[in-house]
Amino acid sequence: MSRYFIKRLLQIIPLMLIISIFVFFFIHMIPGDPAKTLAGVEASVEEVEAIREEFGLNKPIIVQYFDYMKNLLHGDMGRSLKSNLPVTEMIASRMQYTLRLVFAGILWAPVLGIFIGVICAIYRGRALDHAGMLFAITGLSAPGFWLGLMGIEIFAVRLGWLPSAGLDTWKGYVLPSLVMGTGIMAVLARYSRSSMLETLREDYVRTARAKGQKEFIVMFSHAFKNSLIQVVTILGLQIGGLLSGSVITETIFSIPGMGRLLIDSIFYRDYPVIQGLLMIFALQYVLINLIVDMLYGVINPKIRYD
Amino acid sequence: MSNTPKEQEKSNLSFEENYIDENIIADKSSRTKEFIKKFMKRKTAVAGLAVIVILVIIAIIGEYIAPYDPAAYDYDNMLAGPSAAHWFGTDHYGRDIFSRILAGTRLTLGVSLSSVIVGAALGTVLGLLAGYYGGVIEMLVMRSSDVLFSFPDILLAIAIVAILGPGIINVFIAVMVFTVPSFARIMRSSTLAVKSSLYVEVAQSLGCKDGRLLFVHIFPGTIQSLIVNFTMRIGSAIMAASSLSFLGFGANVTDPEWGAMLSQSRSYLNVAPHMVYLPGLVIFITVLAFNLFGDGLRDTLDPKIK
Repeated sequence: MSRYFIKRLLQIIPLMLIISIFVFFFIHMIPGDPAKTLAGVEASVEEVEAIREEFGLNKPIIVQYFDYMKNLLHGDMGRSLKSNLPVTEMIASRMQYTLRLVFAGILWAPVLGIFIGVICAIYRGRALDHAGMLFAITGLSAPGFWLGLMGIEIFAVRLGWLPSAGLDTWKGYVLPSLVMGTGIMAVLARYSRSSMLETLREDYVRTARAKGQKEFIVMFSHAFKNSLIQVVTILGLQIGGLLSGSVITETIFSIPGMGRLLIDSIFYRDYPVIQGLLMIFALQYVLINLIVDMLYGVINPKIRYD
Repeated sequence: MSNTPKEQEKSNLSFEENYIDENIIADKSSRTKEFIKKFMKRKTAVAGLAVIVILVIIAIIGEYIAPYDPAAYDYDNMLAGPSAAHWFGTDHYGRDIFSRILAGTRLTLGVSLSSVIVGAALGTVLGLLAGYYGGVIEMLVMRSSDVLFSFPDILLAIAIVAILGPGIINVFIAVMVFTVPSFARIMRSSTLAVKSSLYVEVAQSLGCKDGRLLFVHIFPGTIQSLIVNFTMRIGSAIMAASSLSFLGFGANVTDPEWGAMLSQSRSYLNVAPHMVYLPGLVIFITVLAFNLFGDGLRDTLDPKIK
């Protein structure tokens, strides 16, 4: 397993390299002169030239890329055009909020989603199944920003039970975690239902029933445990999806996380920050997928990593 | 061997009489009928289709049947709640929200549909080529998809807007690019499956050219998975496009795009909650309709998953 882990970890390197090339060159294809933006509208030609020199913007783009990558390996992603703060520091200080949101989402959504899916599979074709699946597809179709705004209107404005912004107390987490988790809950309910139905058709389930095993044990010990393998894959992809959900959630609830920073930087065209954030988002997603792959081994010892 | 009188009689008949039965020739129209019959049994999918038809009609005639000019300011009626005169109330400029939703249907649906159509076409061609030729083409297509997939969900669309800058055309491009990899992957695997089937081998041995083989013989075999993915992606495209508009990257604030309307409603949450509820509800119903329709299509076309 450790060999497989190292191999997978090494595979991330070329993928991240390609991503960095994509991000870097696309950002540099954008029309406009970052040196002029940095110097301000009233700057003289000399001042613009000085900035170009200082940031290495007069070098060929390939050289600029290698410089960027060299600095990146030292944890230096350049400085923000807007605040002149190091990008690495800016992202580091915001990351905790995004991770807190992601955590608040995973805390309840997968459990509820898998629970609904399994119940639907057990009661397949009956009213409970239809209700559960309708609930899931409803959750899948409701835009997060709409749910968030309605939540604020009802629970913050009208009832005054929860704050409308910030993560200062536990109450502040309730609405954001609802927005973050709804989609994941819905997707997992759908997948765990079909995965459970598939496992219920397996021979070992029939054998378990034939030998007179209690239905409850058949469902949970034989079927449910095995159906989890597929569900974990989807869960991994969904947790990655939560990272993007945080962009919307942070905007609605005014939370100063990475997503909010990305939006602000896009409006200001703060390229070094955009570049850094895109790299970090991609890296997080790739790492999450790696962790999920590793989890397979824990859930299903049959899987051998070669 | 044929002892029974019936079999005796059968063997006396000529080959044509025995084995060629006009009635069992693959009848396209009866297959369509069968499909429609199966599909009509799925009530929620039919409801979804009905909503889609209504939405398409509104997209075409919406601006003509709108009770008010969607852009007309009415300073006497600002932020008015729903009433007989204004069914969905008015916004901060006194514009009739119902009329704006009707007029905005074309923009919202148009951007999402066209980006999915173009993205699906591109992804399909790439997937077909990757699956058919393998080798370098496959590697390039699949690795590029991996890179695009490293940005989960709408984060990819946000990343593209981050690079291109805000604007409705850029939202179209972003959603289109965000659609391509999923089609490329699905079409590649369907192509691989169809490629190894007997009829393709026969066509190949008869000297069929690559282009004809790909588009006349292989492509029709993959069309089912294409259709299902297509319908499923429209829902997520509408969600992505309206999320981008909500974040302020998409339609102009003066345009009646649904996500943009919701974005403006944030500032009036305390005084005019109807500005949040109703446009959001319309987005929700639209996405739900496409998802229900897509689910129904998938279940009808692919009865394996049920």
